[in-house]
Amino acid sequence: MGKINNDLVQIEEGISFIPGASAIVAPLNKLINWGRAGSIWPATFGLACCAIEMMVAGAATNDLDRFGIIFRASPRQADCLILAGTITKKMAPVVRRVYDQMPEPRYVIAMGSCACTGGVFDTYAVVQGADEFLPVDVYIPGCPPRPEALMEGLIKLQEKIMQEQGRWSQFA
Amino acid sequence: MEPIRIAEQLQGEFQASIFGINEHRGQVTLLVDRNVIVKIISFLKKDHKMNHLSCLCGVDNKKRKAAYRERFEVVYQLYSIENRTSLRLKAQIPESDQTIDSITSLWTGANWLERETYDLLGIVFNNHPNLKRILTPEGWEGHPLLKEYKLRGDVEWKGFEELKKKAVQLRQFDFHNAPTAEEAGSDE
Repeated sequence: MGKINNDLVQIEEGISFIPGASAIVAPLNKLINWGRAGSIWPATFGLACCAIEMMVAGAATNDLDRFGIIFRASPRQADCLILAGTITKKMAPVVRRVYDQMPEPRYVIAMGSCACTGGVFDTYAVVQGADEFLPVDVYIPGCPPRPEALMEGLIKLQEKIMQEQGRWSQFA
Repeated sequence: MEPIRIAEQLQGEFQASIFGINEHRGQVTLLVDRNVIVKIISFLKKDHKMNHLSCLCGVDNKKRKAAYRERFEVVYQLYSIENRTSLRLKAQIPESDQTIDSITSLWTGANWLERETYDLLGIVFNNHPNLKRILTPEGWEGHPLLKEYKLRGDVEWKGFEELKKKAVQLRQFDFHNAPTAEEAGSDE
């Protein structure tokens, strides 16, 4: 039996490597957050013109895949709902249902002026901001926001996820 | 046949039911009596091969600056694919009795157009097979394209009120977003 070196090597703040044991010691929070931040899977769900910019952000030029962001065609496989466009009152219950079908942990990004505040559509038919019926994590202004702005928003969401503490279950 | 000639022929045929003929840049418009609308359109369809209903919509004249005859109009845009002529009919609808006969017997496609006109302006189409709202969701109050309808609406749609309540209730199932006592109390 060789002698195990008990000196931990710190490779990042709070994350240590045990030489000789091929093991890493880290807080569970960090590990889970790292996993979640690196695999944000948004539901493919476009509401208006912002959805076109969202598609561009996902396509080859900007390529969201390199952040581990892969669009999923089912809310049951998604962690993130990007509200890309105007939310009419008729559409709002449908949007809510898509959100309700997503498993925890789940995040919401309001993309564009309409999803953030209703935008120019201050009318009887349009919801004045998605936060009236959904917990929004990141707001992206713009009409529509450029794909770079959406990427910035998703990076902000990654930063937010990395700050989370103990979001493991509803009992934690 | 020129559209204006068709209009003149219609006037000869229906006499007092045609209130006026107007030509502007080659577009001919007839103001007609709503009571004979099905007769007029079926006449045009049969005798003048006006076989295509391009458009059917309603108009609220309340704030119109030019002179007008009745408060509401239903506008029929007819086109003859064979003769390449088009004609516009404006059926006059008084505010006191907002009804007109449906033309779904002539074009099945008029079904949804008439439903839209009913939904947004409240004009009732007699003999329509399925006259219910088409654009606004179920339980909507009022007809949004009426001039007296406020831009932000008079009353909130009850479906959206329910949704907002539901959104607070469902938060108890979230990992870390449970409603505060104040919020939970407000929806009881």
